[in-house]
Amino acid sequence: MSGGALVSIEGVTKRFGGFVALDGVSLAIAPGERVGLIGPNGSGKTTLINCVGGALNADAGRVLFDGRDVTRLPAHRRARLGIARSFQIPRPFAGMTCLENLAVPLEYAAGMRGRAAVEREARAVLESVGLDARAADGAGALTQVDMRKLELARALAARPRVLIVDEAMAGLAPAEVDDILALLRRFNDDGIAIVMIEHIMRAVMGFSERVAVLDAGRLIAEGAPGAVMRSPDVERAYLGE
Amino acid sequence: MRGGARFHAGAAAVLALGYAATHLVGNEYYFFAGYTVLQYVVLATAWNILGGYTGYVNFGAAGFFAVGAYTVVALGKLTGWPLPALLPAAAVVSGLLGLAAGWLTLRLRGVYFAIATLALAIVLETAVTNWDYVGGAAGAFVVRPREAPLFTSYVAWLFWLMLALAVLAVCAARAVETSRLGRGLAAVRDDEQAAESAGVPTLRLKLAAAGLSGMLMGLAGAPLVYYTSYIDPLSAFNLEYAVNSVAMPMIGGTATWLGPVVGAVLIGSLQQAATVTISSELNLLIVGAVLIVFVVAAPEGVVGLARRLLARRRR
Repeated sequence: MSGGALVSIEGVTKRFGGFVALDGVSLAIAPGERVGLIGPNGSGKTTLINCVGGALNADAGRVLFDGRDVTRLPAHRRARLGIARSFQIPRPFAGMTCLENLAVPLEYAAGMRGRAAVEREARAVLESVGLDARAADGAGALTQVDMRKLELARALAARPRVLIVDEAMAGLAPAEVDDILALLRRFNDDGIAIVMIEHIMRAVMGFSERVAVLDAGRLIAEGAPGAVMRSPDVERAYLGE
Repeated sequence: MRGGARFHAGAAAVLALGYAATHLVGNEYYFFAGYTVLQYVVLATAWNILGGYTGYVNFGAAGFFAVGAYTVVALGKLTGWPLPALLPAAAVVSGLLGLAAGWLTLRLRGVYFAIATLALAIVLETAVTNWDYVGGAAGAFVVRPREAPLFTSYVAWLFWLMLALAVLAVCAARAVETSRLGRGLAAVRDDEQAAESAGVPTLRLKLAAAGLSGMLMGLAGAPLVYYTSYIDPLSAFNLEYAVNSVAMPMIGGTATWLGPVVGAVLIGSLQQAATVTISSELNLLIVGAVLIVFVVAAPEGVVGLARRLLARRRR
């Protein structure tokens, strides 16, 4: 499967002291695919994407991106290769304007040069997420939903081939959830593979082509959304015996 | 870049005016006092590159400052070269020290980094105190030459030299601020993990900032022994340098190159005035009191406060 895969996670294990957060997890993501990653709280979802994005290094196993071993690369190198992520709790550059927030990934991850070109491109990305009116505003003063959008815009500005979205919709109103889903759908239409970590079942089941389920650091199911939800293992993980 | 051209024309004008002043002003006291104020402009500007732009508070400014000073003492004794030839060596040594210290400590965040820099200064002071070649605890003398070519006196030349270093430091800080590097450093300051995932090589950028900052601090200290004729570890590593380096940018404002300049000129002049009229013992009291006022009432410093008031008037 790893031959055609964009991201290939092979037997990744991560321990924190004696606690095994990830236990030999393998998962492949094809170019342009929409994958949902679900599982109870503490099952290792965020740890897994930290190992893919480079915020953490796996203790064992490998992460391949486009056939290249990135297991030991620092996060900024992976971002330049095309792995982007958003954070569960938005982490805007609060001392900058929205526009400047996007200039950082444009200049550093996407390698754009020239102040005018960067600014033009940053404006275009802001417009594509509907934040163009806030371009000159401080990023720290945005509303929750706008902050989520800025988080996605900043990931998009890195010109990724895969975008990992960590609970971008938690705590939002239903209409706002639909807003974010429409954005992600559009990114996906442009060919960006999306990995969605989400607790809102309606969102993740409707969006994903394939769903992977983590429980206590193990991948316990993988497949089409409907089939996965009917799996007895998944029912047990979520509801108990 | 019209703003850039105007800035550099201004920098050149400052150098020319400073040179003219050394010929027009007769009283050498002004050069002595001006030297000290300008030395703080260099230190505050250097501190701000790491402390203000990058968000890493360095309490070890005195260490870098003294390393610059002692590099000149040691290499001068070894080679007998004049001060201008020794300056690049001081820059290189303190710059490398900045890189090395950064490599060891920049993985620490917040207060841990600040403590590590303080410890670094103490370690360096102990090392110099036990280094007999540069006089150890007894200190070292340098006979200041009486005259300097093109200048009315050696003190006037030292004053102008420090002015040139201040202009150099400010130009460097402004170049960092307006560049891609500056934007990367600002991202590091705001959120390091988010910066990494936006493609910013955070460690490399922090090292660049630490190296540049250390180099400029060392340059600020390099002419010290010619200014005072005598240095010992106690005076070169004086706490006053470390405290002023932190406080002046915070009082002036850490967001732009102008803040440290304003803070250093303001507090430095106040300290010089107090030294003459009352006592130099008051220097730390002054900076402490002003710092408390600003931290409470105007945390964005003089420059930030002025901007806010201007914006309100325009509205």
